[in-house]
Amino acid sequence: MEHIRTTKVEQVKLLDRFSTSNKSLTGTLYLTATHLLFIDSHQKETWILHHHIALVEKLALTTSGCPLVIQCKNFRIVHFIVPRERDCHDIYNSLLQLSKQAKYEDLYAFSYNPKQNDSERLRGWQLIDLAEEYKRMGVPNSNWQLSDANREYKICETYPRELYVPRIASKPIIVGSSKFRSKGRFPVLSYYHEHKEAAICRCSQPLSGFSARCLEDEHLLQAISKANPVNRYMYVMDTRPKHRMQSWWATQKDIGRIIVRISSKIWNDEKIRESDEKKRLNAMANRAAGKGYENEDNYSNIRFQFVGIENIHVMRSSLQKLLEVNGTKGLSVSDFYSGLESSGWLRHIKAVMDAAIFLAKAITVESASVLVHCSDGWDRTSQVCSLGSLLLDSYYRTIKGFMVLIEKDWISFGHKFSERCGHLDGDPKEVSPVFTQFLECVWHLTEQFPQAFEFNEAFLLQIHEHIHSCQFGNFLGNCQKEREELKLKEKTYSLWPFLLDDQKKYLNPLYTSKSPKFTVLEPNTVSFNFKFWRNMYHQFDRTLHPRQSVFNIITNMNEQNKQLEKDIKDLESKIKQCKNKPTDGILTKELIHSVHPESPTLKTSLCFKEQTLLPVNHALRTIEGSNPADNRYSEYAEEFSKSEPGVVSLEYGVARMTC
Amino acid sequence: MEFAELIKTPRVDNVVLHRPFYPAVEGTLCLTGHHLILSSRQDNTEELWLLHSNIDAIDKRFVGPLGTIIIKCKDFRIIQLDIPGMEECLNIASSIETSEWRLSYVNKEFAVCPSYPPIVIVPKSIDDEALRKVATFRHGGRFPVLSYYHKKNGMVIMRSGQPLTGTNGRRCKEDEKLINATLRAGKRGYIIDTRSLNVAQQARAKGGGFEQEAHYPQWRRIHKSIERYHILQESLIKLVEACNDQTHNMDRWLSKLEASNWLTHIKEILTTACLAAQCIDREGASILIHGTEGTDSTLQVTSLAQIILEPRSRTIRGFEALIEREWLQAGHPFQQRCAQSAYCNSKQKWESPVFLLFLDCVWQILRQFPCSFEFNENFLIMLFEHAYASQFGTFLGNNESERCKLKLQQKTMSLWSWVNRPSELSKFTNPLFEANNLVIWPSVAPQSLQLWEGIFLRWNRSSKYLDEAYEEMVNIIEYNKELQAKVNILRRQLAELETEDEMQESP
Repeated sequence: MEHIRTTKVEQVKLLDRFSTSNKSLTGTLYLTATHLLFIDSHQKETWILHHHIALVEKLALTTSGCPLVIQCKNFRIVHFIVPRERDCHDIYNSLLQLSKQAKYEDLYAFSYNPKQNDSERLRGWQLIDLAEEYKRMGVPNSNWQLSDANREYKICETYPRELYVPRIASKPIIVGSSKFRSKGRFPVLSYYHEHKEAAICRCSQPLSGFSARCLEDEHLLQAISKANPVNRYMYVMDTRPKHRMQSWWATQKDIGRIIVRISSKIWNDEKIRESDEKKRLNAMANRAAGKGYENEDNYSNIRFQFVGIENIHVMRSSLQKLLEVNGTKGLSVSDFYSGLESSGWLRHIKAVMDAAIFLAKAITVESASVLVHCSDGWDRTSQVCSLGSLLLDSYYRTIKGFMVLIEKDWISFGHKFSERCGHLDGDPKEVSPVFTQFLECVWHLTEQFPQAFEFNEAFLLQIHEHIHSCQFGNFLGNCQKEREELKLKEKTYSLWPFLLDDQKKYLNPLYTSKSPKFTVLEPNTVSFNFKFWRNMYHQFDRTLHPRQSVFNIITNMNEQNKQLEKDIKDLESKIKQCKNKPTDGILTKELIHSVHPESPTLKTSLCFKEQTLLPVNHALRTIEGSNPADNRYSEYAEEFSKSEPGVVSLEYGVARMTC
Repeated sequence: MEFAELIKTPRVDNVVLHRPFYPAVEGTLCLTGHHLILSSRQDNTEELWLLHSNIDAIDKRFVGPLGTIIIKCKDFRIIQLDIPGMEECLNIASSIETSEWRLSYVNKEFAVCPSYPPIVIVPKSIDDEALRKVATFRHGGRFPVLSYYHKKNGMVIMRSGQPLTGTNGRRCKEDEKLINATLRAGKRGYIIDTRSLNVAQQARAKGGGFEQEAHYPQWRRIHKSIERYHILQESLIKLVEACNDQTHNMDRWLSKLEASNWLTHIKEILTTACLAAQCIDREGASILIHGTEGTDSTLQVTSLAQIILEPRSRTIRGFEALIEREWLQAGHPFQQRCAQSAYCNSKQKWESPVFLLFLDCVWQILRQFPCSFEFNENFLIMLFEHAYASQFGTFLGNNESERCKLKLQQKTMSLWSWVNRPSELSKFTNPLFEANNLVIWPSVAPQSLQLWEGIFLRWNRSSKYLDEAYEEMVNIIEYNKELQAKVNILRRQLAELETEDEMQESP
């Protein structure tokens, strides 16, 4: 609280983000320890969690006050005008402090209290059990076993304690391989396809910069290929773009040649042995040793594949460009599409999707195991492994299964959530929307396969909300070891039970659960299938959304159908009773009243005129009629903006949970 | 036109009548050919019989769903009717309102305007002689006629061809009079010219032009540029080409989609239509719309504005009527525009996907208001197909005059007679439809507009999963109806049993 100077400012204006006519709402701004709250004159509340704030800007003073622009990580952008500059300055400074915490313990999760006792909290954390998940996949089995090599995080700090490896891979092989792999991230099992007996494995890049080789690593890969009784050939997928690796490789070879030449010179020439030249050469050699890919000559039964996903820096600036484009006022169609193109965002999404499809095909068509890696094996590798598993296994397309998938391939395998989401005041170059891209790929799949997923778009948006919210412990820290040190399970709550409790909101009404476990999704990745995800990047810009939601209507109707089925059963049994006891009038009367004549779900129905449904329908529809002034049809807006009826007040249900 | 033809709602129940010296009476309101009658349907209560010809003026007011009509009679009496339901109230009001409009048969032999139908609606105060004079001042003889009457506030959309002012600023007193006759006292109107100011100015050199403000002081002119002719055709060709090439990488696809400009045209048209609707509904101002001929962009705007403003045009019959009125009768030259499509290299100047763009715009609104249309996407696709190639006579010819000469009514079948058969209609009905009596304002931001996959990607990607999902949705809705019906039956049964019991209890 020491950062808060002003807790309340009145007569603050909230500008419409896209309005060209400076349309605004006036209200009061409150600053709390965790949220910034704006309540407008219609009593509509806008809550902004401090941790969601990506950027606060104080613009030059204007005649109407001091503008304060806040960009959030969930893509909300708000533009306030604070009447007095001093207030604006106070709020600005407070937000700067509050949005960038230096230590984990100051994050919201450590103070958030949903009023649960310790055992409830613990049960929440136990909801997702990865050992259970590996059992579901069918491991351990005759080919795969649980390794205790990393039980004390001795081999790899960023891996979980429990890792599954081929049964024939001995501990020395594992240790040897881990020394050859960047950050010790040696090849381990990510997903086992019981039906095809093929595995998805993951690791980091080999440190083969100087055409060095590592027999243990070669053995471990051989063990993986032998663990597949159907197909001895395995794929090694390097998810990085080939051109980048090749140009890098070329320079490495050159450097290598130079080093060899110069070092022989060094050894021959005593005079320059201690010189700066040698230091520089060492640095070059070190750098060279830090990157690489497997040399096919050294590994048998391997097919090598590059799939071309760009690195975190390219992705970060791509998203930045995308947001610049779609945030433009009065955007033309032409600028929108050329901006979409030049941002490269959809190209990157397609690259991730193509990689996952390649992976899934290797398993389903060839029954081949696949080893996936990028550089460190926690960004692109997580994207490709998790998306590939999702294509292969329908369990991951359920609400619970999707949580398991994130828990396994992202959280436990050390995707650096805190760095990528910028939870703490840290290196901005570590921030990157890698996980957002994964969610977007899943969204594209839900668009192509509307019946394949148990969950809906709101579920994806809610998860995205919480990777940044720091309200729950799941996404804090960068790896399991760090999370244990932070004692997150004792001090914070897990997100998943809260989502499960609320799962009605996240159900896809069109989902068909009957499909068998191994129904493989084969998405079409012709470019025209990729669309801009409006509901993600404009989640809070309601004026850009469709005015009526088919999804809501069908969801409500599904709910209503369940209630009606129940009503029919009740009524039938009551009629039966009634007929059996024709004289017992009093009882019957009571029974009739206990069958709610208008069940609550009926009242909230959106469709079909039936008895009392009508008035409610119209109330709901009225909101959807919306307001022409929100749409900016013309530059004549000033002339057309006389007195307007109440502004459309629809808050997207999804965003509310953080409140 | 007989008065009886104007009666849309002949009877309304639960109407409350207020009049001097009497207590308020609730009863049933009836409209007959000559009288407005209110009866409480009880003996000994006096009924109200009011001659239509006694009505001097009426006012309408709305508070929520309750409408009030205040009738001011020629004998100075003032009475008030409270009518539940906005729709009913508007229907009653428009039936008894003394109309400022009349049907004109001036074009009976297609002599005044070859591209107009024989009957048009014009201001009552303008006689046929004046219309003939105005026709000589407007492109193609297309003098201003009524396109749409907004019942809620009596504002209108008129459409016409461009005025033939030429370089020396010709004017036509009858034209000015005609247009002004559509304005209420003290009101101003808007002229929406679908060309940019530049293009409109250049048109003067060829004898065309636009309304000079000096001569039309009660009107404010707005220029909103909508492309026409070969520019649209080229746009279509580029778009189809881009969609057909599946090998495009992402950058190439996006740049081809952008370069086709198709969605830019969609945005232009929708924006102008929304602007027109805004003038009518929000500004309470009448508008006149024209471009050059008044047969292309003009019709896109007038028809889309009606989709936005008028709930009836979002029903199947209403939409059919809209196409009949605003496209076929209004003289959109289908024969010329739809002779060829995207694959033909002939590139005739008059080929242009004007109608397809209109359908695409409707689809965009349908996507944003998926429950407010009685028809579904298939209906729009079917219309697109028949506009370009059809076994029916409906879209043949370029205007009514040509259709008459071709004796299409005698020699061919009407598309509508086929479409309106129940077996066909079921394919085109939107299961989510629920009448929405409001004006619907779509978003025209680029982020809200989408490529119409049902048309442009139809033969390029399988829609199997989408179709299955649609079917599942229909199933859920059908099941819901079934359950509701069943619950109602059971409730009735139970209630009957209950009353039986009560009867038995109290002998």
